[in-house]
Amino acid sequence: MAKIVNVFIDGHHLEVPDTMTIIEAADKHGIHIPRLCYHPDLPPTANCGVCVVEVSGNPTPKRACCTPVAEGMKIVTNSKKLRSYRKTLVEMILSNHDVVCPTCAANNKCELQTLSNNLGVDPDALPCILDKKEVDFTSPSIIRDVNKCIACGRCITVCNEVQTVYALTFSERGIDAHVDTAFANGMANSPCVNCGQCTVYCPTGALREKSEIDAVWEAILDPDKHVVVQEAPAIRVSLGEEFGMPLGSITAKKMYAALRKIGFDAIMDTNFTADLTIMEEGTECVTKLKAGEKRPLITSCSPGWIKFMETYYPDLADCVSTAKSPMSMFGVLAKTYYAQERGIDPAKIVSVAVMPCTAKKFEARRPEMRDSGFQDVDYVLTTREFLRMIKEAGIDFAKIQDEDADEGMSFYTGAGTIFGATGGVMEAAIRSAYTLVTGQELDNVDIQAVRGLEGVKEATVNVPGFGDLRVAVAHGLSNARKVMDRVREGLKTTGESPWHFIEIMACPGGCVGGGGQPYGNDIASRARRGLALYEEDRSLPVRKSHHNPEVVRIYERFLGSPNSELAHKLLHTHYFKRSVYTGQVTGEATHKHH
Amino acid sequence: MKYYRSHILVSINETSIAAGVQGFIQALRSELAKTELSAEINVLETGPLGFFGRGICLTVYPENVNYEAVKVEDIPELVSEHFLKGRPLKRLMLDSIGKFSPNFNYANRIVLRNSGIIDPENIDDYIGAGGYEAWEKALTQMQPAEIVAEVKKSGLRGRGGAGFPAGVKWSFTAPLEAPQKYVVVNADEGEPGTFKDRLIMEGDPHQLLEGIMICARAIGATKAYIYIRGEYKLCISRLELAIKQAKEYGILGTNIFDSGFDLDIMIKIGAGAYVCGEETALIESLEGNRGNPRWKPPFPGVKGLWQAPTVVNNVETLANVPFIIAKGADEYMKYGTPECTGTKVYTILGDVAHPGLCEVDMGTTLRTIINDYAGGMKKGFRFKAALVGGAAGVILPDRMLDVKMDFSSLNQYAAVLGSGAILVMNEHQSIVDMLWSILRFFRHESCGKCAPCKNGTQQLYKLITKIKKGEGTMEDVDLMQTIAETMLHTSFCALGQSPIMAIRSAIENFRDEFIDITKK
Repeated sequence: MAKIVNVFIDGHHLEVPDTMTIIEAADKHGIHIPRLCYHPDLPPTANCGVCVVEVSGNPTPKRACCTPVAEGMKIVTNSKKLRSYRKTLVEMILSNHDVVCPTCAANNKCELQTLSNNLGVDPDALPCILDKKEVDFTSPSIIRDVNKCIACGRCITVCNEVQTVYALTFSERGIDAHVDTAFANGMANSPCVNCGQCTVYCPTGALREKSEIDAVWEAILDPDKHVVVQEAPAIRVSLGEEFGMPLGSITAKKMYAALRKIGFDAIMDTNFTADLTIMEEGTECVTKLKAGEKRPLITSCSPGWIKFMETYYPDLADCVSTAKSPMSMFGVLAKTYYAQERGIDPAKIVSVAVMPCTAKKFEARRPEMRDSGFQDVDYVLTTREFLRMIKEAGIDFAKIQDEDADEGMSFYTGAGTIFGATGGVMEAAIRSAYTLVTGQELDNVDIQAVRGLEGVKEATVNVPGFGDLRVAVAHGLSNARKVMDRVREGLKTTGESPWHFIEIMACPGGCVGGGGQPYGNDIASRARRGLALYEEDRSLPVRKSHHNPEVVRIYERFLGSPNSELAHKLLHTHYFKRSVYTGQVTGEATHKHH
Repeated sequence: MKYYRSHILVSINETSIAAGVQGFIQALRSELAKTELSAEINVLETGPLGFFGRGICLTVYPENVNYEAVKVEDIPELVSEHFLKGRPLKRLMLDSIGKFSPNFNYANRIVLRNSGIIDPENIDDYIGAGGYEAWEKALTQMQPAEIVAEVKKSGLRGRGGAGFPAGVKWSFTAPLEAPQKYVVVNADEGEPGTFKDRLIMEGDPHQLLEGIMICARAIGATKAYIYIRGEYKLCISRLELAIKQAKEYGILGTNIFDSGFDLDIMIKIGAGAYVCGEETALIESLEGNRGNPRWKPPFPGVKGLWQAPTVVNNVETLANVPFIIAKGADEYMKYGTPECTGTKVYTILGDVAHPGLCEVDMGTTLRTIINDYAGGMKKGFRFKAALVGGAAGVILPDRMLDVKMDFSSLNQYAAVLGSGAILVMNEHQSIVDMLWSILRFFRHESCGKCAPCKNGTQQLYKLITKIKKGEGTMEDVDLMQTIAETMLHTSFCALGQSPIMAIRSAIENFRDEFIDITKK
């Protein structure tokens, strides 16, 4: 039980629970203690030493990030000595950092840069001790530049504790200590699932996505290419932040306008295939339910989750929906259905996806994602890359006039848009599965029990003619692990899963918290972006996927019916087993059925 | 018991093993057999003799003659002269000129009182010397709280370096309710120039086990780990043997002496990181993790090994405990000074006549230790400075020779007792070189977890290298102080907080040397 204690920070009397650390107490009361490695979302690593404060009764300063408050504690956060220590300390860190700020991907977002500025640090105070090491370019998703790494350890914490992926660790000692993958094999040869949470929490530019901007510009500027672009649900509620708009601004129409100005030939929307996913996955779910299947159905939209499942739970791969992700469904349809409808040679189509996600870069390169006869999605841009393109194109995003997307594979429902938040796929699926089972419409479409940021959410929905449908939603892979362990245990002991239908998203908060989202992507911003998606959902005229007229149309004109033979060929996939050491494929986990 | 005219104690330690002591003993025994002396002269394999001679060292009782660097070729002459004719062989005696005889005051020893006398591989020898009486007393006649109180009263302070009162440490853990508690012995002796724990374990392993047992009983631990550095092969085998023997005698194991108390002692071999001597890094390593320190609080006493309450004590600290329990705190307090009771084992090395180890009262001056126990300076050399406490220690100039060596007295001079290593330098040695060595060591041993230590140790090493090469300036000297000062106040653990000690003492006491070398 937390006790309330009296502490004095720089003379301010605060009453705070004794479970808090000094930095939490200070933050709560608007007192900013300089820090570098500390992040409120993560347990402190206490590596940097910048947050040292003077604490009564201690001869040397204490780290504010991990020193708990205590009754009567007197804390000084700003003294001549502390200023001098912090300054020298940051100078020491800079002396071992590749200082290339103007061209760094993290420029103006870098916490080391900001701190150096705030403390009035002299970058040349100490001789450079940087021993340049090779940059890890092995991964299709993430670049790891150890020369910019300050060894704060956030990436390791988020990878091991939040995501339980265990791809990163400290290697070697002393000045040679650095973040690395096992056996220094590179990110591509590690259990890394490409979720990119490390890039989100990296305070510098040491971890960033592998940029495909140049290739996309080249395609756009090539008159022979027809460049089709799709954008994930979460993008539209995240772009405004960078341009001074309030957090959670809904900017779908500005987004379309910016894409058109940049020069994309056809502006479509991933939300459309999100609705289509519901038809495919929902049908798969209902078929299973009707057959009395004891094994659950688990969503398959999140590529980080898929690789995680292939690595750590391949024995449960048959529980995962065979439906491809909305991005990959769009990719295959762009080069088949769309090409056919518009009379364009699919060889000339370049398919670009703007995603909040670094793992999508990996997904697009999976050999099985070539059912159109080509690589279905040619390039994946993260939200951050797209923001850079907007700036490169000289677009003042906050002021650009709203425009609509091009017609066709861009129409979406409220169900499609909430895919971007944790619980959204589940909610969208329930809205349609209810109808698929009962033939009736669900009146109250707001399923609050699956919304919000609780790690594992559970709900029971009464479906007439079926009974209680038990569902679970997990976001963040440590939560996925909890759910999967219970499924595995249930199947082993009682032969039955605790839930019929499970949604799993790799990133905490779902796609709004994706590894490709704008810097400053903390839990609080994720929550605000998620709420914006639910706001958009409420504002849309159609809120159930099966009522999307374009979805109805594609089945009529092209696919036939959900889970038809063609749908299976184009829109469904299969899974592999992977080594927990290297992440490499070691065999098939499921087979593709035609 | 068989009666012998003389006992030849042969020190079996890492040094003598390297010098071929096993073959030597065989040769010695066969020579004695050949001269028909086997029935009169006993050859006893024992632990360190308490002086640190070169090669194979012998002590002969009751004559109390010490030989060093004895070779197989010397055996016939030695046997014939000393054991047949009764004339100790001057040529091989430790101090052949006869002016110095190591001050072996066994009466004043606690930790090393059996070392070099008993056979460390024989539990009966230890029991014969009064061993395990304290354990029996602690287990059958004392309540845990009484043990803690006695150790508290004795004033015993941790011998690992920081000098925290052991009884106080125990008193934090003893009252905690927990399904499992641990005693962890820090035998990861890594401070340069320190090998006292090795000699304690080699010479009297059962004494350490007895200390562990008493501590376990006091705090309610049923499992203990000895985290020992991997190079200490002989210690490891002797401890393993001692544990086996103690189990066979029912001194260790389940339901010891029908008391219902269970205890198991396990040995964990370290991989050689200096930082693993820091108690939380040691715990991490013990758990199988990378040896990085943990943040305190919570302290190990509350959440230590596998998050269970854990007392981590140094070898020497625990080796003092049997004496305290057997003889009582009052008897213990007769040794040392009022603030720092007991004795301290030092390892003395460098330019002294007889490098080695000694156990003396707390508060003995550096001068006494060097002159009386190490035979003074090596012939022809003058004292310049002593590095006291290893790399994490301070460099003391000659005006500090009469400072009392104990935690409190040294503290007044911003110095530390540390691990008890005394490295003596002659007047030709360079302080800059010494500092370079120390800073190279820290750079090598930083775990790299925290930014101030990781980057700071590298900066310091680069700066001192520049200065050593004659390419530095006094600004570089000042910069070293600024960096080390920042490290002291911002580093995560004691490792990064330590370089300032050597740097400050070197620059303050030998500033001229820095001025000279930067002028070049």
